[in-house]
Amino acid sequence: MPRLPRTITAALTALVLIAAMGLFSAALAKETVKVSFIGPLTGKHAKMGLSCKNAFQLAVDQWNASGKNKYEYEVVALDDECVPAKGVQAATKACSDPDIVASASHYCSMVAITTTEVFHRFGLSSTVWGAVLPAITYGNEYKEICRVNGTQVEQNKFNAELVVDKLGFNKFCIIHDTTDYGRGHLEYFEAELKARNAEILGVYGVSMEQKDFSTILSKIKSLNPEVVYFGGLTPTGVLIKSQMDKLGIPAQFLGTSGIKADDFNSALARHAEGVICMLDGAPIENLEGGPEFAAAYAKAFDTPLEAYAPFAYSAGNVIMKAVEKVGPDRAKLVDAIDKTDTYDIIGHIHFNEYGQNDTPLVTAYVSQDGKWVPWEDSEYASGKRMLPGLALKKGVEWQNPYTP
Amino acid sequence: MGTEAVIIQILLNGFMLGVQYALIAVGFTLFFGVLDIINFSHGDVFMLGAFVGLTLINLFTKLGWMGGGIYPLTLFMIFFFCMLITGFLGILFERFAVKPVSESPPLMSLLATLGLAIAIREAVRLFYPMGSESKRFPELLAPIFAGTSKAFEIKGVLLRYDTLLIFGIGVAVIIVVSLYINKTMIGLGIRAVAQDSEAAMMMGVNRDMVVDVTFFIGSALAGLTGILNGLFYNTVIFDMGAMAAVIGFSAAVIGGLGNIYGAIIGGFVFALTQAFSAAFIPRGSEYMDVVAFGVLIIFLVFKPSGILGEKMHERV
Repeated sequence: MPRLPRTITAALTALVLIAAMGLFSAALAKETVKVSFIGPLTGKHAKMGLSCKNAFQLAVDQWNASGKNKYEYEVVALDDECVPAKGVQAATKACSDPDIVASASHYCSMVAITTTEVFHRFGLSSTVWGAVLPAITYGNEYKEICRVNGTQVEQNKFNAELVVDKLGFNKFCIIHDTTDYGRGHLEYFEAELKARNAEILGVYGVSMEQKDFSTILSKIKSLNPEVVYFGGLTPTGVLIKSQMDKLGIPAQFLGTSGIKADDFNSALARHAEGVICMLDGAPIENLEGGPEFAAAYAKAFDTPLEAYAPFAYSAGNVIMKAVEKVGPDRAKLVDAIDKTDTYDIIGHIHFNEYGQNDTPLVTAYVSQDGKWVPWEDSEYASGKRMLPGLALKKGVEWQNPYTP
Repeated sequence: MGTEAVIIQILLNGFMLGVQYALIAVGFTLFFGVLDIINFSHGDVFMLGAFVGLTLINLFTKLGWMGGGIYPLTLFMIFFFCMLITGFLGILFERFAVKPVSESPPLMSLLATLGLAIAIREAVRLFYPMGSESKRFPELLAPIFAGTSKAFEIKGVLLRYDTLLIFGIGVAVIIVVSLYINKTMIGLGIRAVAQDSEAAMMMGVNRDMVVDVTFFIGSALAGLTGILNGLFYNTVIFDMGAMAAVIGFSAAVIGGLGNIYGAIIGGFVFALTQAFSAAFIPRGSEYMDVVAFGVLIIFLVFKPSGILGEKMHERV
C-alpha cells in the first residue's frame, strides 16, 4: 500500500484536531435562548420603540457579557407599528417560534390589549414594558401577562392629586383619543375628578387621524375651562396645543404619559412652555443604577434615550433572571416571571395576582424652556414661574417665560 | 363667548379647512380629467410640499435670509421654489408610476398610485432627519405683522391676521388656477383632453404636454397647500398626507369628479359638514368623520356624478 507523503499526513492530522476542538468548544458553548422584543419600530412611535428596543438589547448584552449567565441570550425584535392587527401578527410570530421562551411586549395600549389572548393561547410569557391601560393586566387572569410599568389608574390619581388637591384647579375640559388608551385615561381621570367634586365642563373624543381640532377647541373656548386635559399621544397632543394657542385659549394644558416625549417640546417650542404631564417611574438620574444605565446606553447606541427605555431594560432583566432560575422552558417561565419580586433600575418590581407591578412610581413633569423638568425641581413648583392656568385663575395675563 | 360667536368661529374654522381641502381636491379632479385615474399619491405630494417648505426654510435660515429687508423676497422664494419642486416631482411621479398604468384597468392605476403614496411617505420618514417625529413649522407670516396686535376680535371671535392671510392666499390661488384653466391656451388644451382625449389630439393638442402641465399644476397646488397647512397648524408630520388624500378625493367626488368648481364646492361642503357635526351633534367630535363620509356615501348612492358633475363616472 502506498504511503501518504508526510506533509499530507500532518495536514490531515491538523484538520482532524481542529475539527475535534471545534466540536469540543461547541459542546462547551452556552445554549442560546431567544427572547422577543415587540414594540413600534416603524411608524409614528418608532422613536420610542427603537429606544426601548435598544434598552432591551442592552440588558441582553450585559447578561451575555456578565460571565455569570448560564445561557447565551439573543433578541428577536418584532415590529407592531402601534397597530393592533400588526401587533397580533408579531405576537403570533413570536409565539410560533419554539426557540423564543418569553417576550417583552408593547408600548401602545390598544396593541397590548389585543395580544393578551395570543400570548395566553400559546402559553408564552409577555412582560409589558410601556402600555398603561389597566385592563391589560386587570382585565384578565392570564398568568402569561405581567407588566413592569404602572397603569392609568395610578397615573390619573397622581395627576388629580397634583392639579386639584395641590394646585387648586376646578374647571376641566377633557379631550381624549378614541382608542382604548384614550378612553382609559378619560375613565380614570373623570373618576378622580368626580371623587374630588371638580367640575367637568365638556368631554370630547378625537380620532388619531384627525389633524384639525379648531371646532372642538372653539366650543372649549366658550366654556372657559381652567384646565384642558388630554388623554392621548404626542402627535395629536402637539396639534391640539398648537391650535389652542392659535385660538387664544389661555387654559392650562395637562397631558399624560402619552405626551412625555422630546418631540412634544421640539415640535411646539415656546408653545410647550408650562404644559404638565405624568410619567411612570422617576427621572433617570434619580433611579438607582440609572446614571450607569444611561451611560452604558449612550456608549452603545446613537438614538436618544426615551421615557420608557428603563422599563424595557427592567423587563429584559426580569425575563433573564427567570430564565437563569428555571431554564428556558416556556411553562416554567410563565410561573417564574409571574412570581417576580426583585429590584431593578425602576425600583421594586413585584407582580400582584394580576401580574401588575404594584409598586410603580409616578412623576409629574412640566415643560420648562423646551425640556421636561420633574415638577418638584421646576421653577413652576418653586414659584419663580407661573403656570398659564394659574395666571388665568388669578385673572392676570400670562407672560410666556420660555427661553430656548 | 356666546352661541353666536361659537357659530361664527366654527364657520371660520370650516372655511379655513375648506380652502385646504379644495386645493387638494382640485388636483384630484384635474388628474381624473386628463388621465381618468385616481391619483392617491396626491395626498403625499401635499405632505412632501410641507417638508420641502421646511427644508427651504432651514436652508434660508442658514444663509441668513430669514430677516431684514430681504424677508418678503425670501417668503416669496419659499413658496415659489416649493411649488416648482413639487410640480416637477409631480411630473416625475406621473412619468414613472402613473402614466404607464393609465391605460391598464382602473384597479392597476389605483394600486400603483397607492404604492407610490406609501413609498413617498416612508421615504420622508426614513430619510428626513428624525422623520417619524412631529416637526415644528415656523410661523413665517408672524414677522409681517410684528408691531401690530396680530389679531382682532369681532363679537368674541378671535381673528388672527396671519390666519386671514393664509385664507387669502388659498382663495387667490384657487381663482388664479380657475382663470388659467378657463382663459389660456394650455387651459383650453387641458379642458379639451379632459373632454375627449382623442379628438383633442386630432385637433393638434399635444396630449403628453397637457398631461405634464396638469400634473405640474396639481402637484404644485398640493405643495403650496402643504406650506399653508404648516403655516396654519405650525406642525407637520410624515403621515399627514394619508387622510388628506382620502378627504381631498371625497371632496372631489362630492363636488363632481372632473369639475374644478365642483372640487372647490366639495372641499367646503366636506369641511363644513365636519365642523358642524363636531360642534352640534352630542359627542360629535367622535362622529364628525362618520357624518362627513356618510354624506359622501349619500352622494355616491343618490347623485354619483356629484354636485356639479355632468356625466356618470365609473366608481372606484
